[in-house]
Amino acid sequence: MPPDSHGRDHGHGHGHRHPVSLDPAAPAEPDPHRGPPLPGRAFRLGIGGPVGSGKTALTAALCRALGRELRLAVVTNDIYTTEDADFLRRTGVLATDRIEAVQTGACPHTAIRDDITANLDAVERLEERHPGVELVIVESGGDNLTAVFSRGLVDSQIFVVDVAGGDKVPRKGGPGVTTADLLVINKVDLAERVGADMRVMVGDAHRMRGDLPVVAQSLVHTPDAPEVAAWVRGRLSARTPAGA
Amino acid sequence: MAGLGAGTAVLALADARFPGGGHVHSGGVEEAVAAGLITGVADLREFLFGRLHAAGRLQAVFAAAAAHAAAGDAGREYWTRLDAELDARTPSCAQRAASRAQGRGTLRAGRAAWSSGALARLAVATPRPHHPVVLGVLAAAAGADPRGAALVAGYLAVSGPSSAAVRLLGLDPLAVNAVVAGLAAELDGVAGDAAAAAALDPADLPAPSAPALDLLAEAHDRHHREKGRLFAS
Repeated sequence: MPPDSHGRDHGHGHGHRHPVSLDPAAPAEPDPHRGPPLPGRAFRLGIGGPVGSGKTALTAALCRALGRELRLAVVTNDIYTTEDADFLRRTGVLATDRIEAVQTGACPHTAIRDDITANLDAVERLEERHPGVELVIVESGGDNLTAVFSRGLVDSQIFVVDVAGGDKVPRKGGPGVTTADLLVINKVDLAERVGADMRVMVGDAHRMRGDLPVVAQSLVHTPDAPEVAAWVRGRLSARTPAGA
Repeated sequence: MAGLGAGTAVLALADARFPGGGHVHSGGVEEAVAAGLITGVADLREFLFGRLHAAGRLQAVFAAAAAHAAAGDAGREYWTRLDAELDARTPSCAQRAASRAQGRGTLRAGRAAWSSGALARLAVATPRPHHPVVLGVLAAAAGADPRGAALVAGYLAVSGPSSAAVRLLGLDPLAVNAVVAGLAAELDGVAGDAAAAAALDPADLPAPSAPALDLLAEAHDRHHREKGRLFAS
């Protein structure tokens, strides 16, 4: 394997073309999307969302909830490089050498979507430093509702919005809200104080997302984010073949 | 003589859209802005002119040499020597690191589009190759000549930093684009000189330098550790 291969070759360098049918009546082709990642490299989970929605707090909560059962590492993409990484170090949820901070050149969405090189390098440094790491959380810098992770960088992604950002946010949509594998509505304990209608917010979220899951939570009430942690466990076990 | 498809490769390699990790590097602009050395479009023009004739010229020379060698099927020993010669011409440790970071990203992104035997031999000789060397090998794999490879390297030496200046200072992007376009004749000269030197032994390649850029790179690295920076270089 080439020294900097990141294990994403899914066999399409094999010298033939896959026929593509544009006829909607044609029988379904085999699913062209990538299967679960190969065992042997860490599961990569992206956590994105607007500034201040609670991405770092959720990352810390997942480290607390999953740190004893899984070998974990975190990549942060903060605007000024180390703010979020420092928070994680201070809270002591993860050993310092399990956290990598990358610079995003003032464009956080570019670093997780259009040019993922800096983040891939950071993930690979963590995998080299900690062989056998099972879960790498990539936390994006705070960005807008259109910022989603490239599927070339993460296997699954969570988009975090918060009640204080306004109960209209899910209705506004955008790829983060509509396509993330899990939408987390954070800080529900503040709903009354900011005049947010949770029924509307959660209802809108489900309407925008179809069958994709939504979790409404408050890290004040449940500091270890049990519902999100359970969802992550489900994602991880789905990739591990039964009996493996 | 450039081959079929060379134009697309040259354009794609020089495109800001190319996913090789270049967008996180400012080429000294972030540090120069922080030090008050660049405050507007006029300063930026001077900075980019100097950068093109120092860092840009060096990168063009090594991209052209790499393209020439890749077309001639150079072996592992050549790539190891070319790598060492570029190290020797890059006194700033921070600049060597920035070049290798972009080289590795460009290798990863470029391998999917323009793989070649020369690229494989380069990757074996230097798993974290220098940026201009990878550019040269990729351009050659797509049929570009040393001059085309030098144009890409020279252009990237000013285009990325110009974009960083727009982001850091909120400069008028139309004016900044005009500044980059205004360097066309300079870039042509740099690429022509680089192509003329492409067949030289690595040890005999030109060694242009700019101590100010070296110092900015080192200061950036120091300040990054002290108080954080937006860009990796």
